[in-house]
Amino acid sequence: MRYAVRIDVTHLPGVLDPQGATVERALPALGYDNVSEVSIAKTIRLALDAPSESEAREQVERMCTQLLANPVIERYTVEVEEQA
Amino acid sequence: MTTRVGIVVFPGTNCELDVAWVVEELGGEAELLWHGDRSVRDVDAVVVPGGFAHGDYLRTGAIARFSPVMDAVADHAAAGGPVVGICNGFQVLTEAGLLPGALQKNAGLTFLCQVAELEVASNRSVLTHDVPVGTRLHIPINHFEGNYVCDPRTLRALRDDDRIVVRYVDNPNGSLDDIAGISNEAGNVVGLMPHPERASHALLGSADGVVLLQSLLTNATDRARARV
Repeated sequence: MRYAVRIDVTHLPGVLDPQGATVERALPALGYDNVSEVSIAKTIRLALDAPSESEAREQVERMCTQLLANPVIERYTVEVEEQA
Repeated sequence: MTTRVGIVVFPGTNCELDVAWVVEELGGEAELLWHGDRSVRDVDAVVVPGGFAHGDYLRTGAIARFSPVMDAVADHAAAGGPVVGICNGFQVLTEAGLLPGALQKNAGLTFLCQVAELEVASNRSVLTHDVPVGTRLHIPINHFEGNYVCDPRTLRALRDDDRIVVRYVDNPNGSLDDIAGISNEAGNVVGLMPHPERASHALLGSADGVVLLQSLLTNATDRARARV
C-alpha cells in the first residue's frame, strides 16, 4: 500500500520561537489585535510504501526520532492516510 | 614529531582553511578530512569547523550527523581523542549526540556577526586546559542559531561537573546560563559558538583565540607522545 504522510514539527513548549514572536508582533500593526500564541512550524509531506498502516506509522515514528525532529527542542505529530 | 589535526569538511563547510592556517602557525600539521571518508586517519585531534554543512537543511547539523566520517569522529572521541566543534561544528556535535542540548535561533531573530567577550568558566576541557578560569577573551561570533538550550537536568549536570567551558560576558543571543561553549564529561569533546580561529592574529583585531587552539594542540601532542 502507498500512504500519504504528513508530519508537523513544532517547538516544544518553553522553547523560543522567535519567528512566531515576530509575526505575533507584526499582526497587530495590521489591525489584528486579537491574535496570540503564534507558532511557526515545519510541515514534511512524504509518500510511503508499506504493507500496513501500523507498519507505516512505526516507520515514520522512527524517521522522526532519528532525523526529522530534534527531541531537545521540538515535538511532532504524524498523520497517515491511505492513498487511492 | 608533528601533531596532526584533522579538520572535517562537509559540503558547505567554509572555515576549514582558517583553522588549518592557525594549526600550522602553531606548529601542527593540518589534514582536511572529507565528510565521505570513513576514517579520521589516526589524527591526534579533530576539529569540526564552521560553515553551513549540507546547507543546514532541515536543522543545523541534522544531515551532517549522518556523514560517514562522523562514525570515525565518534570512535576517536570515545577513545579519549580531542574533538572540538566550532560554530556549525558545535551544532553538528549536538545533533550527533556527542554533546548534550541543542542550538536554537538567536533570541531577537537576528544573525549576529560581532566580537563577543567571553569568560573561561572551566579549564577541565582540552580547549581551555592551559587557560586560567576567569580569563576574558575577545573572539568573534557569526551565527543565527547560537542560542544554547537543554533540559534542567542536563544544565545541572553541566554546572555540577564543571562542563561549561566558556560563557558570554554580555549574552548576545539568549543562550541558557550565558553558555558559549560546553564539553562532554571527560572534557575531550568541546563545542563552542565563537570562532577562535578568527581571533588568531593581531591583524585580525584579536589574537585571543590562540590560547584556546594552543591548548588543543598541546593536549593532542601529549596524547600523541603517550601513544608512541
